Amino acid sequence: MRWRYFKEGVFFWLVRLSAFVITAALGGLLAYILFNGLGILSWNFLTLPPTDSMTKGGIMPAILGTLYLTAGAILIALPLGITSAVYLTEYAKQGPVVRVIRIGVNCLAGVPSIVFGLFGLGLFVVFLQFGSCILSGSLTLGILILPTIIGASEEALKAVPQTFREASLALGVSKWQTICRVVLPNALPGILTGSILGIGRAAGETAPVMFTAAAFYTAKLPSSIFDEVMALPFHIYVLATAGTHIEATRPIQYGTVLVLVGLVLGIDLIAIVIRSTIRKRKRW
Amino acid sequence: MVSVEDNRVIKAKDVNFFYGKFRALTDISMDFEKSRVTALIGPSGCGKSTLLRLLNRMNDLIDGTRVEGEVLFEGQNIYGPDVDPVEIRRRIGMVFQKPNPFPKSIYNNITYGPRLAGLDNRVELEALVEQSLRQAVLWDEVKDILGQSAMMLSGGQQQRLCIARALAMKPDVLLMDEPTSALDPISTAKIEELIQDLKKDYTIIIVTHNMQQAARISDMTGFFYLGRLIEYSATEKIFTRPDIKQTEDYITGRFG
Repeated sequence: MRWRYFKEGVFFWLVRLSAFVITAALGGLLAYILFNGLGILSWNFLTLPPTDSMTKGGIMPAILGTLYLTAGAILIALPLGITSAVYLTEYAKQGPVVRVIRIGVNCLAGVPSIVFGLFGLGLFVVFLQFGSCILSGSLTLGILILPTIIGASEEALKAVPQTFREASLALGVSKWQTICRVVLPNALPGILTGSILGIGRAAGETAPVMFTAAAFYTAKLPSSIFDEVMALPFHIYVLATAGTHIEATRPIQYGTVLVLVGLVLGIDLIAIVIRSTIRKRKRW
Repeated sequence: MVSVEDNRVIKAKDVNFFYGKFRALTDISMDFEKSRVTALIGPSGCGKSTLLRLLNRMNDLIDGTRVEGEVLFEGQNIYGPDVDPVEIRRRIGMVFQKPNPFPKSIYNNITYGPRLAGLDNRVELEALVEQSLRQAVLWDEVKDILGQSAMMLSGGQQQRLCIARALAMKPDVLLMDEPTSALDPISTAKIEELIQDLKKDYTIIIVTHNMQQAARISDMTGFFYLGRLIEYSATEKIFTRPDIKQTEDYITGRFG
């Protein structure tokens, strides 16, 4: 009997330990970044462009560039992803065709991000001659997060009770109206939460933007979607590996990492807040 | 076409229904009379709900189903090639087993259907809300909280709201699929009373598992077993001197 309690105790501590290790890894990472990056963080760092061959000044163009690229990716991927999910869950007859599409979407999610970068380079930059610009980068990031958005939207649509659809259709409301008025509004919080988490990931990706949108250095702010921009992840990559002043820019590297991590966590936080407010209101 | 005197609003002729290869209904022929309450009874899986959902084409929503035969609504086959199921469902309303209000306000639950059907006059909508809620005997309980979520109401109130919501479309026929099976006895009594009032203006077809309920509220009763209509006649006759032994066995509780 005592042996059994002992075993249970050991197992319980193992479980607790593994949860603790994960949290500690995240906490350690954040603490390290904060410790090294907080020193350089200032209003000027956030609002000024880099100067003196990027060894001084701020990272404002990179912040702005990442915001533009991410916003563009949302604008492209959200409508496309939601409509695909509506087709898959509401309209398509469940059969081999839908299964193939689903497998395709899942495979897309597993493609390494560098492949998306090269694909974007080949299709948007070279073939369609958009050049390296916000449009190409946003399209590439959009495709990258498409599977996430489709997956999240499908889950959210399936979570809307079938009885809502029946109730609406039984009132002589068409299927399209039912989807617009009942299904989508009830699925929207779930769609947004899932999508925002995907978008957070997209903001931090380096490989898809390095060939399609990101400039090594540009002091000029973009004036149209056909301009090149700097991007936070690429800026970190450049400073840490490709520059001639790698040691001199260490503080800027940490500061940029801190800003990027803050941005991504901030985006995730929005998703968490939306989800928890909606959960409180939900009553079915 | 139908003569004006024809009291039979819905006529099912030799209806067979299949879920894939499974035959759920076999050769059903029965007529439903205007301003009457018709009860469909029988053990679980006998096909009575399937038949009910067939009458306003709700079975269309299930993949892999097939209908044979005709269902005539005012003389028109609702399974005809040029019939819009949406139009049919506007004229033949439905109330479900579990109350299923939308997560909207009470007011918006009622106006949802009429608005999408094109009614947008505020005054008319407000009148319609009051009228529908009064018909469903819910008005006095909710008239001061029309803006509140329908999810706040009790199960019985929600079901009456669903009835009011169906009535707001001003249908000719109301289909009810075990509307009281998820409710307590008091709510059930209220809804039964309501059905009695509604039959003046509406043709009501109700599926029920509760035989006392069928006996209490219906004028006509059809007994189903294994996808066939075994016996169909006046409720009083079915419950006192049925022609067929199976019906008697079921009603007296010997099986099912």
